[in-house]
Amino acid sequence: MTLTVLAVDDSRTMRDMIRMCLVPAGFEVHLADDGVHGVEVLEGIDPDAIITDINMPRMDGFGFIDAVRKQDDHRATPILVLTTESAPELKQRARNAGATGWIVKPFDPEKLVKALTMVTG
Amino acid sequence: MSDSNDPMAEIRASFFIECDELLEALQDGLEQLSEGADDPETINIVFRAVHSIKGGAGAFGLESLVRFAHSYETVLDEVRSGKLDADSEAQKVFYQAADHLSDLVRMSRDGEEIPANDGEDLIAALNALVGDLAQDDVEPEDFQPLGVAISLDLPAVDDAPATPVFLVDFKPGQELFATGNEPQMLLRNLCDLGQAEVTCHVADLPHLDQLAPETPYFHWTIRLEAAISEAEIRDVFEFVDGLCELTVTQENGAAPDNPDLPAPDAPVNDEADAAPPPEPAPAPVEPATAQAPKPDLELVPTTPKPASPADKTSPAKPSGPAGQKSVVRVDLERIERLVNLVGELVINQAMLAQSLDQAGLSPHSDAMNGLEEFQRLTRDIQDSVMMIRAQPVKSLFQRMSRIVREASAAVRKEVRFVTDGEATEVDKTVIERLADPLTHMIRNAVDHGLESTEDRTAAGKNPVGQVRLSAAHRSGRVIIEVADDGGGINRPRVLGIAKSKGLIPADATLSDGEIDNLLFLPGFSTASEVSDLSGRGVGMDVVKTSIQQLGGRITITSEKGKGTSFSISLPLTLAVLDGMVVNVAGETLVLPLNVVVETLSLGPDDVQMLRPGAHVVRVRGGFVPLYDLGVMLGYRAPRDSLEKAIVLLISLEDGTRAALVIDGIQDQRQVVIKGLDDSFYRAPGIAAATILGDGRIALILDPADVIAASGNFPQADLSIMERKVVND
Repeated sequence: MTLTVLAVDDSRTMRDMIRMCLVPAGFEVHLADDGVHGVEVLEGIDPDAIITDINMPRMDGFGFIDAVRKQDDHRATPILVLTTESAPELKQRARNAGATGWIVKPFDPEKLVKALTMVTG
Repeated sequence: MSDSNDPMAEIRASFFIECDELLEALQDGLEQLSEGADDPETINIVFRAVHSIKGGAGAFGLESLVRFAHSYETVLDEVRSGKLDADSEAQKVFYQAADHLSDLVRMSRDGEEIPANDGEDLIAALNALVGDLAQDDVEPEDFQPLGVAISLDLPAVDDAPATPVFLVDFKPGQELFATGNEPQMLLRNLCDLGQAEVTCHVADLPHLDQLAPETPYFHWTIRLEAAISEAEIRDVFEFVDGLCELTVTQENGAAPDNPDLPAPDAPVNDEADAAPPPEPAPAPVEPATAQAPKPDLELVPTTPKPASPADKTSPAKPSGPAGQKSVVRVDLERIERLVNLVGELVINQAMLAQSLDQAGLSPHSDAMNGLEEFQRLTRDIQDSVMMIRAQPVKSLFQRMSRIVREASAAVRKEVRFVTDGEATEVDKTVIERLADPLTHMIRNAVDHGLESTEDRTAAGKNPVGQVRLSAAHRSGRVIIEVADDGGGINRPRVLGIAKSKGLIPADATLSDGEIDNLLFLPGFSTASEVSDLSGRGVGMDVVKTSIQQLGGRITITSEKGKGTSFSISLPLTLAVLDGMVVNVAGETLVLPLNVVVETLSLGPDDVQMLRPGAHVVRVRGGFVPLYDLGVMLGYRAPRDSLEKAIVLLISLEDGTRAALVIDGIQDQRQVVIKGLDDSFYRAPGIAAATILGDGRIALILDPADVIAASGNFPQADLSIMERKVVND
């Protein structure tokens, strides 16, 4: 079964990298540029997991996770946060917002795939 | 990092393109800050730009870039969180840091060696801004060397040759589900590590009517036999660390494999030998201990972590549309190909028009009407193709703003840099090739154009000099202007230097405009002491040549005490020209249509001779200098009589008017410009060549250059006239 992933990041480089990692691994990847765009894209798809950056224009990662968790359909959708920081406070904050886990940038493609399979089964 | 190289290279290339955009956003943001903007979004944009560069750079292992971006970002984060005030002193450092960052990006892109201690001064300056704040933050950074993960593994392998058996006790907490985690997945992942036996404890399950659906009631004990370290087991639970009660103990009595691990685990080990698994009091792992397993980080041991992550918790940003456009990236080569094809299409169309014409078709026939439509469409395609290549000059202007900062610092002048028309779109190639000449002109303006601060004050001027860079579209061309409000060109001095260097005869009398143009002569340099700024052996003559190679022209206007302005006029496109095709002495020539004001046939009294070789023509009560193209291009000797000659009245951007004598007008049509490469002699007045509908080659003239060139050869002109007089 193909797993569908929504990745939200304002950096084109990051979006490209995520796509490059996940598509060969058999994922169906949808991309969005920021939180607001992410919410829009989410309307048309039902992803098995969501990856989001934190620092983004318009709506940041925390706001985005919040918006996703408010939707009944996505209360339990796994959300991984992409972050350059691994500080406990940030993880705690991401978790408080409802994130499932985190990936530290720059990420290793294998780890990303592993983390995704870990949360999606 | 990647299993195939190609996509990575592509992403790398696109990363650097993105970097350019981010650097541009950074500059914009800094400019807004220096203009007094203090809304959170401005500093957020600045922060995000640096942050994104760092993020991407990390992915490509560009360590120097990461290191510098990190220091920069750390300081910006302090500003973002309101701990640091972005005063003018700080802004100065931010600008320098932005400049340095863009250098690093360029060097990284070009694969240049970056010295190990690169940017130390700036990093120190950045750190100095945060002062004590930074000190506090830097320490925890050093505190988390992430090689730890490796040292975790070693003892386990050495000390326990037999397959270790672990007992994992896992009790989900209330929030585990709220974060989208799922015990089943965790157990499954754990089972993947080795031989596992899972026991589910269901004792806590309440009666159905008391059951809250989102409360976890089960907990599990897993007996895992696997040749792994405890850290690897904890890795599985990384995401739920703190959201569950988790104990990991090793059954077959190896030493605690990680002395660094938090205390709660240590005593458990002793009990493990004796006691059966589920009993030991679960040692809840507190969130703080969550640091131990951090698998991803070992990938980037060189990436220092941002100092104050807590600041990330600043309130969500207000929305600020960042001018997002949907874009497709296309290889420039493909566009070039399209441009060339369209060029061929234009030529082909001209040929078709010619053969239809020769076939004697009526202009009202369907074929002719169709051809007209065809021409309109071709023109639309051409415009659209050119649009693809067009880019706003903004990025170029931003680079110049940096030049101004550097140049003004070097000569210790205070300079305000003003730009205008940044959105003006110009062909990409033109933008690229303008960078060098513009840099030189800007340096000149700061170094030579503006007076020293003392002189300005003495002259009652604002001590802060101004350099203005502007771009605009005007009648089918792009005008780029570099203007300073300095003292103007010192004409007596320029004249003196030109004479002393033998560039002009010692007795020459020149008009102001002619003196100004001496600056463009090769070998001319006014700076009596060569400053390390503009004295680089590159003169304005080189600037002029590069502009001419782009099909452009450069002119000077200067007013004493008020300033000097250089104006560059460039064709919008490099590829196609609306031209007037004319005959001169049996040759076919093309003139840009936009300079032609009208055509005249000379009457007997229209021409007046000022002196031999210098005629003027009377047009509507005024006099316009007359030039015989055939003579000027060396095709033939002057005519005996100019009566009935056909004349093109042209008007240039700078207001100069002239009348060009030709033999006949052929046509008005679009021509495709084919550049004359360097193997041809660059004849004055000839800009390029084209292929006509009948396959013949015609030269394209640059009227301004033709006129300027004729002024340079007054002697030759005269001698021809004298010969004629003798012959008479």
